Amino acid sequence: MAPILEIKNLTHTYSAGTPFAHKALDNVSFTVERGEFIGIIGHTGSGKSTLIQHLNGLLKPESGEVLLDGKNIWSEKQLTRLSRFRVGLVFQYPEYQLFEETVYKDIAYGPKNMGLDDGEVDRRVREAAGFVGLTEEQLEVSPFDLSGGQKRRVAIAGVIAMEPEVLILDEPTAGLDPVGREEILSNIQSYRQAKNATIMMVSHSMSDVARLTDRLIVMNGSHLAMDGTPGEVFTRARELMDMGLDIPELTRLFLILKQKGLPVEPVYTMEQAVAALRELKGGNCNA
Amino acid sequence: MLKDITLGQFFPGYSAIHRLDPRTKLVMLVVYIVALFLAVNWASYALMLVFLVTCIAISKIPAKAFFRGMKPLIFILVFTGILNLFFTQGENLLVEFWVITIYWEGVTRAIFMLLRILMMIMGTFLLTYTTSPISLTDGLESLLSPLKKIKVPVHELSMMMCIALRFIPTLIEETDKIICAQKARGADFESGKLMQRVKALVPILVPLFVSAFRRADELATAMECRCYQGGDGRTKMKLLRYKLLDFKAYAVGILLIAAVCVLRHFGL
Repeated sequence: MAPILEIKNLTHTYSAGTPFAHKALDNVSFTVERGEFIGIIGHTGSGKSTLIQHLNGLLKPESGEVLLDGKNIWSEKQLTRLSRFRVGLVFQYPEYQLFEETVYKDIAYGPKNMGLDDGEVDRRVREAAGFVGLTEEQLEVSPFDLSGGQKRRVAIAGVIAMEPEVLILDEPTAGLDPVGREEILSNIQSYRQAKNATIMMVSHSMSDVARLTDRLIVMNGSHLAMDGTPGEVFTRARELMDMGLDIPELTRLFLILKQKGLPVEPVYTMEQAVAALRELKGGNCNA
Repeated sequence: MLKDITLGQFFPGYSAIHRLDPRTKLVMLVVYIVALFLAVNWASYALMLVFLVTCIAISKIPAKAFFRGMKPLIFILVFTGILNLFFTQGENLLVEFWVITIYWEGVTRAIFMLLRILMMIMGTFLLTYTTSPISLTDGLESLLSPLKKIKVPVHELSMMMCIALRFIPTLIEETDKIICAQKARGADFESGKLMQRVKALVPILVPLFVSAFRRADELATAMECRCYQGGDGRTKMKLLRYKLLDFKAYAVGILLIAAVCVLRHFGL
């Protein structure tokens, strides 16, 4: 099947023509296949947020194009708006965008903007609330009375309710406690499995992206620096650290073990680590 | 979008105008505006124009910035121009057509009025473009400090102004973010009837107010944590001190007023 998103030679400059002009994206190209879970990592100011705002037509590229299902999202005016329903974007700290009197109405805002009938809106609101683990009673309270983690889940449900084919999240777990983080991440996973959706997630947590994603895009200084599986990316640990990025703690541990002379290859998930250590132990026993 | 608002924007730089004491710049702006109102004929306006253009050239700020900031004011300018053009009575009739009568005096008056407003605004822009908000409020506080004698809360006023100025860019950024977030949920601000457009603003205004109050709360707590109690006994990190450059600027200001007065009486 054709890729869902194609990004071609994307370039964007902020405040062009003023002393504050700043090139945030420089000739970035990649494609996104259906059903992929992509992690986007990069230092603050590397262009991650600018990049994702181009994918649903919030920012107009200075040059280059974004193709959704093979069509340039800026080719027709109507298409730009429609692309926002198909490519759902959850901003950083999305709880600050809540505005309605009840959680239900806030989640319904997106579907209503799509022009769906009331029955369909109701179905989507309840389904989205289910994905993020909100109860029936919580739908009727004011979003401003909820806790930080719950607000965040309401905001994510507000985007999920549009049932986007591509769901993009900008640091969805920032500022949450470990339990809250796990919940949000599993919410995203369950949406992906139920709708066979494509997920793109900006994150600073290397262990999260190592564990969840099947592809990593590394941004550095407005450029696309690396693009590959977590395994491919994390073996280039030295380069990542030069970019001011972290590597998963497990990978770091295994790199040290390797330096000390043990015959191990860098790993990035707990399962791999266990397997590698088992093998190592087994090998030693045999010897 | 919102980021294009240039009003009150500061362009960092090291030109002579940037380096002037903010008090000098504030006083010079008043002097400049007084001189503008004293100017009544072609010669004095020409002098003021030369002065303004020279100052802009010294500041090294692109002329484009001044014209861009002028855009929202076009309506007022056109309105003033038309009003003066058609409703000034005089002796030298220029055009008489149906109900429209234009006198030569009306034409000159319209030109003078337009020039006056334009140059006044550009002068103000020059001040805000070359002075950071912080040093501007510092200068204002220092200039107004004699008013403390008659119990005007000068420090509190300047602190409020400083905070307000400080938070304009933050709130603009916040508004931009909220607009983007709601657009990502399919909000449509560009089409529909007036009522629909007004309603479309609710999803922006509610989160904006919520976050403004939250920020105010946080700021108040942070200030109290650092024992802020108002102006009494507070010292400054950057003391304002006049330098040679400032005295030169004041001399130019006096010369400007004098020259305009002379041209007013003997000029064309």
